[in-house]
Amino acid sequence: MNALNLIIKREYLSRIKKRSFVVLTLLMPVLMVAIIAVPLLLSDIQDSGIKRISVIDNTGKYASHLKSSEHYAFEIAGKEQNNHLKSEVGKDIFGILQITGDLAENPTAATFVSEKQIPLDLQGYINNTLSEVIKSDKINLLAQEANIDTKIIVDIRQVIETSGNIKVTTKRWSDDGSEKETSSSIAAGVGGIFTFIMYMFILMYGTMVMQGVVEEKSNRIVEVMISSVKPFDLMMGKIIGIGLTGITQLCIWFGILAIILGAKSTLFAEADMGGLSSQLAGIEMLFSINWAEIIISFLLLFIGGYLIYASLFAMFGAAVDNAQDTQQFVMPVTLIFIFSFYVGIYSLQNPDGPLAFWCSMIPLTSPIVMMVRIPFEIPLWEKILSIVILYTSVFFTVKFAAKIYRVGILMYGKKPSIKELIKWFSYK
Amino acid sequence: MIYLEARNVIKQYAGHRALNDVSIKVPQGKIYGLLGPNGAGKTTLIRIINRITAPDSGEVFLNGRPSSQSDIYNIGYLPEERGLYKKMKVKEHALFLAELKGLKKKEANRRIDEWFEKFDITSWKDKKIEELSKGMQQKIQFITTVIHDPELLILDEPFSGFDPVNAELLKKEILELKEKGKTIILSTHNMESVEELCDEITLINKSQVVLQGNVKEIRNKYKKHVFTVIVNGNGFDFSSALFSLESKESNIETTKVKIKKLGDSSNSQILREITDRYEVLSFEEELPSMNEIFIQTVTNL
Repeated sequence: MNALNLIIKREYLSRIKKRSFVVLTLLMPVLMVAIIAVPLLLSDIQDSGIKRISVIDNTGKYASHLKSSEHYAFEIAGKEQNNHLKSEVGKDIFGILQITGDLAENPTAATFVSEKQIPLDLQGYINNTLSEVIKSDKINLLAQEANIDTKIIVDIRQVIETSGNIKVTTKRWSDDGSEKETSSSIAAGVGGIFTFIMYMFILMYGTMVMQGVVEEKSNRIVEVMISSVKPFDLMMGKIIGIGLTGITQLCIWFGILAIILGAKSTLFAEADMGGLSSQLAGIEMLFSINWAEIIISFLLLFIGGYLIYASLFAMFGAAVDNAQDTQQFVMPVTLIFIFSFYVGIYSLQNPDGPLAFWCSMIPLTSPIVMMVRIPFEIPLWEKILSIVILYTSVFFTVKFAAKIYRVGILMYGKKPSIKELIKWFSYK
Repeated sequence: MIYLEARNVIKQYAGHRALNDVSIKVPQGKIYGLLGPNGAGKTTLIRIINRITAPDSGEVFLNGRPSSQSDIYNIGYLPEERGLYKKMKVKEHALFLAELKGLKKKEANRRIDEWFEKFDITSWKDKKIEELSKGMQQKIQFITTVIHDPELLILDEPFSGFDPVNAELLKKEILELKEKGKTIILSTHNMESVEELCDEITLINKSQVVLQGNVKEIRNKYKKHVFTVIVNGNGFDFSSALFSLESKESNIETTKVKIKKLGDSSNSQILREITDRYEVLSFEEELPSMNEIFIQTVTNL
């Protein structure tokens, strides 16, 4: 077995076997689910009790339109009960809705008094209901004044109600001229998720490479290693070994996700069929996305991006004696990386804009930004050009980093400046 | 026969020259001392021999041929600053380093077992490196240095971190390897072990070779012709044209004196002159220690 393989094997196995890796890999999905589920659960708990609301309607026109729901019970109360009710607020009843005058003439005549902040949905419901009542009152009034047929009024109501339900279907011409239904929001969602994974993994595992190099250097293991292997093998072995660890973790997570989705869809089939049909359109859209293309692009971009950043991080790790000193070098690189993440988010809204285009060509930003754009079915030549530029720069970055690394791992003492680093490049 | 030769090696770093026209010839089957104060350039020379760095000019020959990358499998290097992966198990680690040196897994396993047996550390093999003491780690380091049976061994401060018992064990191993015909370069500040082990030395100071040659010859060359003589009785009182009296120390029944030879007289002439008057209990020429030679050479420059 040659040296590079041995080092990859060691790096990979020593990380996979770590208890922290196993725990993190299994715990992360649980945490993710928890982050999404816990707030939902908590809000559910809050809403479990029925809130009683007393309505004191001086006009008598509105109270009957407020319908009780599973969360709220509206009770009509007389004006004379006002004082008694006030003492009950916060105990038996949640709040009092007071309507003191004709809302059509005085829109501010309704007041809601409560001890706790009124929930947004309750406020929305009351506002909407009262508005609707006033709207129809006004229409009726106008109809009476102008003596219009009630049938026409019914038609007008219908027009008003349906006008809000228009939805634009988005289609795109593909290369063969056929139209294809697309969904920008689903493309954005898929692009966003993959981009986030890419961002997280490159940063996480790139930093891990740097820590590994610093550790090897400060433990003086390099001195032993370097007499049996070429520095390039040592560096690449670490980068590849850690990269494989990352890919393994990704595969496990995708596996878990697939199992969960599988379990969920069988549950759905047994559960309500009505809900399913409305979701069907969305699921169809998911199938319309070219998954093979996305996954292949993701892997290509991920590997390229990881190699560039990891070799830069390895270089910085080799240049210094301890982890604190890496900050000075890591900062600019991390800033570029975060910048590309924001360009990526921006590109979700405008995937074919000039910023998105250029940043998906520049090698340090392209893995992130290109990943955002891929689900939006951009032209093939753009993808190929981006990948070619990326891998060409991978080649040169790795070469450059390896030269600096080779000198750096054997240098102790003073923290070098960027100028000195460049000087190292010419060492034999 | 010369096993390793470095010819006119020059290595320049930004702002300082680490090696300035250094040449050494290491004969096969000998222990060769590489000496010099800190920062003299020893480590740079060792790294060049190990092909870790390349010289700016000059060449390294191994066994008569210019050295090539594959020669690293024939070198065992124990660096001065050495470490191991703390989380790995002892045997696993030894196997990893042995395989890196080109050994097949099966063969590597066999030799590791053999060496572990020899160093009496078989019981540690499943422990993690971080659980071991420094001295124990040094033993593992040494084993992994020699595991691939290299022709050339480069040991940089091999005794540091060893207790006297284990240092003795290590010394024995080094001599045994020499018996087997291995060539050994020993870089150390411990001058006693140089006197004890080394056949030849090179002393590097400020990037240059300042002293080179056979240890005995060097010590002879630096001797000051001083003899320690112990005679019976309580006096030593005569002057001679052959030597001058340097110091005198009377004990209860014996007297110890130091004399310095004058002119070209032979040792036996002096001894005869003394035995004519006193009963000589011991007569010994004082050879300078390597320590003295080291300090003298380095500070005189």
